[in-house]
Amino acid sequence: MTEEKSLVKVIVFQLQDEEYTIPVDRVGSIERMMPFTRVPRTAAFVKGVINLRGVVTPIIDLRERFGLEAVENTEQTRIITVTINGMDVGLIVDAANDVLDIQEDSIEPPPEVVGTVEAEYIQGVVKLDQRLFILLNMSKVLSGDDVKQLQEIDV
Amino acid sequence: MENNPYLEVFIDESKEHLQACNDHLLKLEQNPEDLAIVNEIFRSAHTLKGMAATMGYQDLANLTHQMENVLDAIRNEKIKVDSDVLDVVFDSVDDLEAMVVDISEGGTGERNVERVVAKLYAIETGEPVADKADEKEEQPIHNKREALQIDEFTLTVLEQSAEQQLNNFEVVVTLREDCMLKAARVYMVFEVLEQLGEVVLSDPTVEQLENEEFDTSFTVLLVTKSDQQEVASKINKVSEIEDVSVNHFVVSAYTEPQEEAGQEPEPPSTFNKETETAVATKPKPKQEQQTTSEPKEQKQVGNKTIRINIDRLDVLMNLFEELVIDRGRLEQISNDLNHNELQETVERMSRISGDLQSIILNMRMVPIEQVFNRFPRMVRQLSRDLNKKIDLQIVGAETELDRTVIDEIGDPLVHLIRNALDHGIEGPEERLAKGKNEVGSLELKAYHSGNHVFIEISDDGGGIKREKVIEKAVQNGVVTEEQAANMNDKQVFELIMSSGFSTADKISDVSGRGVGLDVVKNTIESLGGNISIDSRVDEGSVFSIQLPLTLSIISVMLVEVQKEKYAVPLSSIIETAIVKKEDIMHAHNKKVIDFRGKVVPLVFLKDILEVPEALEEDEYYSLVMVRKGDKMAGLVVDSFIGQQEVVLKSLGDYLSGVFAISGATILGDGQVALILDSNALIK
Repeated sequence: MTEEKSLVKVIVFQLQDEEYTIPVDRVGSIERMMPFTRVPRTAAFVKGVINLRGVVTPIIDLRERFGLEAVENTEQTRIITVTINGMDVGLIVDAANDVLDIQEDSIEPPPEVVGTVEAEYIQGVVKLDQRLFILLNMSKVLSGDDVKQLQEIDV
Repeated sequence: MENNPYLEVFIDESKEHLQACNDHLLKLEQNPEDLAIVNEIFRSAHTLKGMAATMGYQDLANLTHQMENVLDAIRNEKIKVDSDVLDVVFDSVDDLEAMVVDISEGGTGERNVERVVAKLYAIETGEPVADKADEKEEQPIHNKREALQIDEFTLTVLEQSAEQQLNNFEVVVTLREDCMLKAARVYMVFEVLEQLGEVVLSDPTVEQLENEEFDTSFTVLLVTKSDQQEVASKINKVSEIEDVSVNHFVVSAYTEPQEEAGQEPEPPSTFNKETETAVATKPKPKQEQQTTSEPKEQKQVGNKTIRINIDRLDVLMNLFEELVIDRGRLEQISNDLNHNELQETVERMSRISGDLQSIILNMRMVPIEQVFNRFPRMVRQLSRDLNKKIDLQIVGAETELDRTVIDEIGDPLVHLIRNALDHGIEGPEERLAKGKNEVGSLELKAYHSGNHVFIEISDDGGGIKREKVIEKAVQNGVVTEEQAANMNDKQVFELIMSSGFSTADKISDVSGRGVGLDVVKNTIESLGGNISIDSRVDEGSVFSIQLPLTLSIISVMLVEVQKEKYAVPLSSIIETAIVKKEDIMHAHNKKVIDFRGKVVPLVFLKDILEVPEALEEDEYYSLVMVRKGDKMAGLVVDSFIGQQEVVLKSLGDYLSGVFAISGATILGDGQVALILDSNALIK
């Protein structure tokens, strides 16, 4: 019991060469890349909206959000739909690989420099075997200054 | 709110019962002799009382109870229905409504109802409903002495005894000034009373009476089988008693402090006249005896409906839309496979899901009656206030509209009706002078046509005077004289719906504050509808409102901007046009066109929407002419795809408030198309 309690189930996805995780209870579904409709005058990382089984869902390009270079979509490209602060959003990632159990006490605070992603979005890092996983702070990914900017546009 | 799970039901049902009361009262007004209607009202009031008492809303229960008494008297033909009586009953229904509204807004439902209770009581006792102000002033003087403090338990006992056909009397005994052994006399009186029935309460208390801590008179509440006269005469047998007065005690009138409803008690020596006194006091803990009785059985007005939260219907609708998309795929696959049995099955499924779709859409539809049914009441009141005679006709109340539209349309209609009564229909003298029937007629008509519902409000009043409108509009700077001269009648009439316009000569309570009609217009337009006016001087006016059947499905014009598809709501489109490039003119660095004599600015969607360029520029511009109020703009698009009915979807919270986009929709091929908010594009 005690062991289970400290376990967090996470979805592992890939962006460039790094592996990121999101708690599984935040994730609605994982979709293959599908056609989307651009929404004008929104932040650049907001790619547009998709028809997710009848629900119009905005999608975000995480690469662009994190300032990574853009790549062509591949067979592996996925949209992970997550619910954050009551908002449903799809995240475009390079690949979704795995579901893992992570021990909560194995989570370490983010190091000063981790790749190119700004530490603001990072909740912590986990080392498991030879792999390093980055735990994302999803509310920061979605909100933060960028979203405020987004809302200013229509004022 | 400790009763939370039931609160919603209570509020809904109370509203229904109040509405039923209102409806039936109006009918009763038409046929004052029809006691069946009274029964209906009585039943509603009774159920309401029961519910209010269960939920612990005392004021509500008390007022209903008092109303019930009056209705009961009407039912038993003790009181004749006339407009005074109805006025008071209407007033009490108003108060009840206010209380229910208060409760629904999280309040306690408490309200000062003493005035109405007093009036109801006066009716019940056969008093003319005299000048209300007088009544109020007179009351405290008579009754200071009698202000009893009654706690809830005692009241319940009294109520139950009343229901068991026992008499509740308020007995005021006054001893002679020279009475030596007051306590002994009191004891004797009590002995008599105990023989007759049960003393529920005494004021001062029994203890105080025994200690002679009172002046010369005391009051007791007696529950007895005996009648007034018997009680009085038996008490009178005790010597050294100055006088005895026995009055009926009405429980429900007790609520408000200091106020006593009713009239001066009869001179103490005459007991043959039926008199009832309602005493209004604050509840105070004090109890002496109790009687038990079975609670009265509640009558249920049965209608076979259940209440469903509209959110659930939305979820159902969403799920169904998913199903429709899969159905489309399935149809595609079965066609590709060309398998007979599969095709049959799929076809059958399509038919069934089609039926299902219409049922689901229908579930959100509510008869417009829900809005209309408050108008007879309102018109009645207004016609009295305005001293006009109005005959209101309602046609097509069964016409159904989407629930969301119903919720929004009430206020605009109220406004238009007030307007028609206040400014439209003339007073009786004026009408007679014009050779019209002195009773003005107002017709409220709803009907379906295509995908729209039309609501028409027509009156046979004075109509709109073109000159007056123009004069006022010019005066208020809405239009210039030259502009006005070129306008046709319809355009002129529409001016009265521009903001800051009011043609009323006098500002009245009812309407004419210069705000309103523009609000009406905006509300209707925000619902995707529009309003037009037709009027002839001295013959009357017709305000006609066109509304979409539902807000979730709208008609749009699909257009292409470069390679992207956008939907423009049909309700804001005037027409489409194709113009040559060289017809475009420049004004203030803006591109404009001359559109039927008007200079209309162009809005280049591909620039505003930052659409990536994919097409070469054409010789011609395709324009969608849209309007917002009186302003127009031409949206420049690359091609028209066509008109379509689409299901309106939100973009989700994350993208709420995107500029110029009001929502999205899913097209037949599963693609999302954005719906343009043309209002945002017109400055």
